[in-house]
Amino acid sequence: MNNYTLITIIIIYLAVLFYIAFLGEKKSQSKWVNNPYVYSLSLAVYCSAWTYYGSVGIAANSGISFLPIYLGPVIAAPLWIVVLRKIIRISKQHKISSIADFISLRYGNNRFLGALVTIVCLFGTLPYISLQLKAVSETFEIMSDDSGSITTVGLSDSTFYVALLLAVFAAFFGTQRTDASEKHKGIIASVAFESVLKLVFFLIIGVYVTFYLFDGTSDIYNQMSVTPNFKELTTISSLEDGFNWLFLISLSFMAIFLLPRQFQVSVLENNREKHLKKAIWLFPLYLLLFNLFVVFIAWAGKLTFGNTKNAEYFSLFLPLENGNTFLASLVFLGGFSAVISMVIVSTLALSTMVSNNLIIPYGFLDKFIKNQPERNSKYIKNIRRISIFTIIITAYFFYVIFSKELSLYSIGLISFVIISQLAPSFFVGLYWNRGSSKAAIIGILVGFFIALYTLVLPFTLQAYTGTDDFTQNGLLNISALKPYALFGVDFLSPPAHAFFWSITFNVMCYLVFSLVAKGNYRERNYAEMFVDTKNFTTLQDSALVWKGEAYVADIKNVLIRFLGEKRATRALNIFFTKYSLPKDTQLADARLINFSEKLLTGSIGSASAKILIASVVKEEQISLVEVLKILEESKENIISNKVLLEKSNELTQLSSKLKDANEELISKDRQKDEFLDTVAHELKTPITGIRAATELLMDEDDEMPKEIKAQFLKNILQDSDRLGRLIHNILDFEKLETGRLHLDFQYQDIQKTITKAISSISQIAAKKEVQIINKNRHSFNTNYDEDRILQVLTNLLSNAIKFCASKTGKITVDYKLGNELIEVSVADNGKGIPEEDHDFIFDKFYQSKDQNTRKPQGSGLGLAITKQIVEKHNGNIWAKKGVKNGATLVFTIPFK
Amino acid sequence: MKKKILIVDDEPNIVMSLEYTFKKQDFEVFIARDGSEALEILKHQIPNVVLLDIMMPNVDGYQTLTHIKNTASLKDTKVVFLTAKNKASDIEKGLKLGADKYLTKPFSVKKIVSEILELVT
Repeated sequence: MNNYTLITIIIIYLAVLFYIAFLGEKKSQSKWVNNPYVYSLSLAVYCSAWTYYGSVGIAANSGISFLPIYLGPVIAAPLWIVVLRKIIRISKQHKISSIADFISLRYGNNRFLGALVTIVCLFGTLPYISLQLKAVSETFEIMSDDSGSITTVGLSDSTFYVALLLAVFAAFFGTQRTDASEKHKGIIASVAFESVLKLVFFLIIGVYVTFYLFDGTSDIYNQMSVTPNFKELTTISSLEDGFNWLFLISLSFMAIFLLPRQFQVSVLENNREKHLKKAIWLFPLYLLLFNLFVVFIAWAGKLTFGNTKNAEYFSLFLPLENGNTFLASLVFLGGFSAVISMVIVSTLALSTMVSNNLIIPYGFLDKFIKNQPERNSKYIKNIRRISIFTIIITAYFFYVIFSKELSLYSIGLISFVIISQLAPSFFVGLYWNRGSSKAAIIGILVGFFIALYTLVLPFTLQAYTGTDDFTQNGLLNISALKPYALFGVDFLSPPAHAFFWSITFNVMCYLVFSLVAKGNYRERNYAEMFVDTKNFTTLQDSALVWKGEAYVADIKNVLIRFLGEKRATRALNIFFTKYSLPKDTQLADARLINFSEKLLTGSIGSASAKILIASVVKEEQISLVEVLKILEESKENIISNKVLLEKSNELTQLSSKLKDANEELISKDRQKDEFLDTVAHELKTPITGIRAATELLMDEDDEMPKEIKAQFLKNILQDSDRLGRLIHNILDFEKLETGRLHLDFQYQDIQKTITKAISSISQIAAKKEVQIINKNRHSFNTNYDEDRILQVLTNLLSNAIKFCASKTGKITVDYKLGNELIEVSVADNGKGIPEEDHDFIFDKFYQSKDQNTRKPQGSGLGLAITKQIVEKHNGNIWAKKGVKNGATLVFTIPFK
Repeated sequence: MKKKILIVDDEPNIVMSLEYTFKKQDFEVFIARDGSEALEILKHQIPNVVLLDIMMPNVDGYQTLTHIKNTASLKDTKVVFLTAKNKASDIEKGLKLGADKYLTKPFSVKKIVSEILELVT
């Protein structure tokens, strides 16, 4: 492909990413950005170019040993619910902005430890970033037909510009706010997008190679199985191999927590803890899909090219070889996506560490004290931006000088081994409160040097001197010091070997020195907070044991420098309100000190925050015994407070339950009263009519005209009927309500039932000249009690007739089929039902709001009975909302 | 002069009995099916007695009573509640509002007549 075409594609692609990031930032509150899927996909930043290209290379050359790098995270995922949640909680509470901040805070805000972690992360990540740039450069070369142009370095190398563009992207979206503990929604949105792309493109090429170029997986397997060395590619053949696997799985298990970019996406960018629940299965699934075709692409490549091509790029060579430039371009873009995500998130994480744990605490604090808040925040942003550019450019030159000779896989593993040195102080520190800062520092340093000696040094020396003397003979020709076979352990692969020794010494140092050299009181404070997360929230402000003298005004001044007058004042007001302290409090206590440090941590890191606050505070050292005593006391206080609180909560709950029960009783009583009252009233009306008429008819002195006599007799008959109906209804209702009525389910045609109902009421309708339309004339059979549904329909229809105006009245009966139910509706154009009555019209004797003074029309039980019948059929009945003209009553019956 | 009575009730059968009875007692009888119809009639007529049901659509008995009590021209008109509401609290409420008598359904026609005659003579 033409160089310029390729560059154009790259630029268009980057523009799309910028746009997505821009949208993500702009709509940072929307559901598109804040959901468990975006979170899970952002975790897939784990799959970098190393995964995308490197796995195929390993699968081709060393068989299935690419797998342990993905098994570790898969094993780690279920643990996230416990471990990661704890880390996320602590980080949110303390506004932590990086893993360096996290570790240094655990060990009492130790400034040196923060810096050391940062340096380890730099060493671990820079080669890794350069690996990504290497992948861009090499794939660019493969894709471009003008291969001469990229071998030069610097200004004429297109990779250099790609790196610069990535730096611009990271600097722009990564430093929108001063507070680095804030979320980067834009970057995360684009990372999630890229995660989708890289997976989809990789699956496409997998399918293409397996099913288009070859005849499916078994075809590739069959062809491959006759080649020499096949068995070695597909099995773990020895105990040594088993150890290699074990160590690589442990290595990747740690990496998924500790890699700065993973810490960034999984901890700092986590919006809601519950997103973890989805991530614990979605992320392993993602990894599984990513590895689905690795082996087949690798084997297909081997079958096609033998050993003539670089196996890492088989996924590019295969489509190119078959003239499919379009597919190759997709693969290229997928790889490019993997690169961009990794580089940007890693750089973002590293730049925060570099500024908050190296540059600010070791050089800029004095400056900050003298400056104005706006300038301070500008300074912080600039330091971070410069860090981003420096990191990416350093990585670029690292690639130019070192990485050209190394495979993606080996650089990746070097990174993992270096980063894993943080594991003991990180993981053990979360659960063991004895772990001290001194021990953490010694452990990390020792492990780090062993890793350098056993892994980085031999590589570097070999690259420079061209000989492997050092590897063969060891330091000063002592064979026990051979870098790949320390103390005679010679059966492990170099990365597994380096990992084994470095982590063993690291853990030993950490444990031993923690037990020997106790941490100071500050460390014990934070250790307590990290380890005891159950009481975490209660501990968080008051846990800091602190003795000394500090003035609120001084602390406020420091806060103003970073937050500005407004935010600082507001924050302090919140603090005073929270602890009900007077606003004019002069002397600061431990809680305020802790609170202020936390406020500053997001902007300048925990170590610097501690230093700044310490600069305005006269702190007294207190002995460990005192600390433990105070901690014990505060713990006891918390416990007794907790018990009190629980008791009082229980009491409150109990009394509110009692209140509810009482109210329910009263309302039930009232309901019963009202019901009886209304029943009595309803019965009295016809009885009154009968009684009065009878009395008049019985008066023998009276010469009543014949017609009137007849009319009175007719009235008596009417009232008796009414009385009968009423009693029938009441009995019906009572039966339904107490559940004594059994339905007679039969397979019936709803159309026939509707027609029956309409004809039974047609006389009344005709009298009032109301038109009834049966809309849906299709037949549909289902199970129901016909008599009862007929009762429902008749009731709804007679109601509708009642509320319709005569002559213009129109009633439409219709039914619709849903997935599992049939929905029957009766719509009229009458006076309608007030919206506020919708929920109550099915109550017995319900007559609008002031039912006490208005006489119900009809028995007042019709709709209540109707509702009972429908519910007995497991259906539902309601008045349709938002009907403009008249009322529409709808009921459903389920069918199977 | 013939005595005038206004019967306000929405039950036609009950109204018919009452109408027949009072016509026989030589009353001039007016009929209203609810409070609003009653108020319309009261614009032109000053009856001696209004026989009032409480539960009616639109304007109820209490509202009608209040209107009568607040109208100067009707100051001599007696109001009798005739209702199915027979709880002590209902009766108390009706009398408190100014009703002259409170009779409950079902009733004896003869008794109603004697009560009303007692009231207007």
